[in-house]
Amino acid sequence: MDIRTTAAADDQNLSPAAPLVVAADVRKRFGDNEVLKGIDIAVPKGEVVCIIGPSGSGKSTFLRCINQLERIDGGAIWVAGELVGYRRDGNFLHELTDAEIARQRRRIGMVFQRFNLFPHLTAIENIIEGPVQVLGEKPAEARERAEALLARVGLADKRDAYPAHLSGGQQQRVAIARALAMRPELLLFDEPTSALDPELVGEVLGVMRDLAGSGMTMIVVTHELGFAREVGNRVAFMDQGQLVEIGDARKVLTDPQQARTRAFISAVHK
Amino acid sequence: MTDTVYQISHLVHVPRRHYGRMVAAALVLAALAAIAHAFVVGQIEWSYVGEFLTVPAIMTGLVNTIVMAILAMVVGIVLGVVFAIMRLSDNPVLSYTALGYIWLFRAVPALLQLLLWFNLALIFPTMGIPGLFSVPTVEVMTPFVAALLGLGIQQGAFTAEVVRAGLLSVDRGQYEAAQTLGMTRLKMLRRIIMPQAMRVIIPPVGNEFIGMVKLTSLASVIQYAEILHSAQNIYYANSRVIELLIVAAFWYLIVVTALSLIQGRIEKYYSKGAAPAADTK
Repeated sequence: MDIRTTAAADDQNLSPAAPLVVAADVRKRFGDNEVLKGIDIAVPKGEVVCIIGPSGSGKSTFLRCINQLERIDGGAIWVAGELVGYRRDGNFLHELTDAEIARQRRRIGMVFQRFNLFPHLTAIENIIEGPVQVLGEKPAEARERAEALLARVGLADKRDAYPAHLSGGQQQRVAIARALAMRPELLLFDEPTSALDPELVGEVLGVMRDLAGSGMTMIVVTHELGFAREVGNRVAFMDQGQLVEIGDARKVLTDPQQARTRAFISAVHK
Repeated sequence: MTDTVYQISHLVHVPRRHYGRMVAAALVLAALAAIAHAFVVGQIEWSYVGEFLTVPAIMTGLVNTIVMAILAMVVGIVLGVVFAIMRLSDNPVLSYTALGYIWLFRAVPALLQLLLWFNLALIFPTMGIPGLFSVPTVEVMTPFVAALLGLGIQQGAFTAEVVRAGLLSVDRGQYEAAQTLGMTRLKMLRRIIMPQAMRVIIPPVGNEFIGMVKLTSLASVIQYAEILHSAQNIYYANSRVIELLIVAAFWYLIVVTALSLIQGRIEKYYSKGAAPAADTK
């Protein structure tokens, strides 16, 4: 599918039939360094896309552009049909206000490499913070859902523990529960297992595998090629700010078409 | 016969004697005793100290000192938070205005600032909104108002730097996690960033609060009836200078000790989740 021909519903938003995430010609530069050189990708609802590539390839930056932690310098991104971060006025795209960007971020969950749990709040307080403070949910109701989410990530007994008293793997599972509490349509994972001790990687990947099985749309930047092959529907390989290759996960990982992809995969397997 | 390793390993351990420490302790104790003795035999009528400790004028002065310290600190903290956030703003006008405020009010001595505020009428004989109302400045700029403005505004300049350091101490990832949840800037500061920054902010602000209690004594020069001013008024009448200064010093000690205890409590509250392996509540 060529995303450039995806039809618009009006002058800025896409029709409900469009893929959940559409990125077209996304560009980003830090000073003179162009880190994204025109990324095109479409992610249908329910799909798991794993982005792999060497460090400095721009894969984390692209992920951060989707929920506007980075401002893009060119191109456009749509999530659930809605143009992200900008409002069209004729031939111009005007940047949205802080409040409008905050509203758009509610539907996009993100899990960070360094967990970024709020250290002054307990596990369950971390999870209800968003629903209560941002979505205006009743605390009792949010707490009940949070308990269920903690049970889902296998940490029901850690509800009152502060992050400093949890292992890395437990912290990351709480962080996933925190993201889920916002009832996101899309989850972004930014190298979720890279800061973990090797023996803790499995428990986090397990939770992510369950999530993928439940039909959650996920974009995962990862170095875990095994996870990508097993759970990813598609794998995208990025290098030097470009999307070099994207396709069926097993096919890309076992029989890559591009020389750069081949070189990367064989280097990782060494 | 030589001892075996086993025998030696079972001999009694005798700690080393610290003779140097004993000598130092003896010297310090002797010095303290000499100082205590000097005050006992010195020309201090301790009965006057006891007599004036709780007279109404001193009590009023004590209350005024506490009220001024608290209000000036409130002004200082409010200004400090506002100017710290302005200082970190992307807007260069706000940022440089905050920088200018901090520069100016940190540089000019507090006593001089009090005198400036107290004598504001020399620059602006009247104040108000032109055409609507106007009042003589001397009526507004009472010793209380002048002391509050002088102390509060200079405190704000110091507190702004403390708050800024606190905000900068919070990890970048905390801002990103809060943004990702869809928090607006204000909510993020209030719910996520400030509670973490408080851990860094509270100890220096506690110190400054203690400093403020003592700084209020400067207000005696502009006739604000705080405790030192009250003590002075009494000794101008009865010439018991040292006794009344001791009375004032006693009350400063009491107030500062109480504040230190409160500070400890607050620090403990904001260290929630900070100390690894501490109580999990």
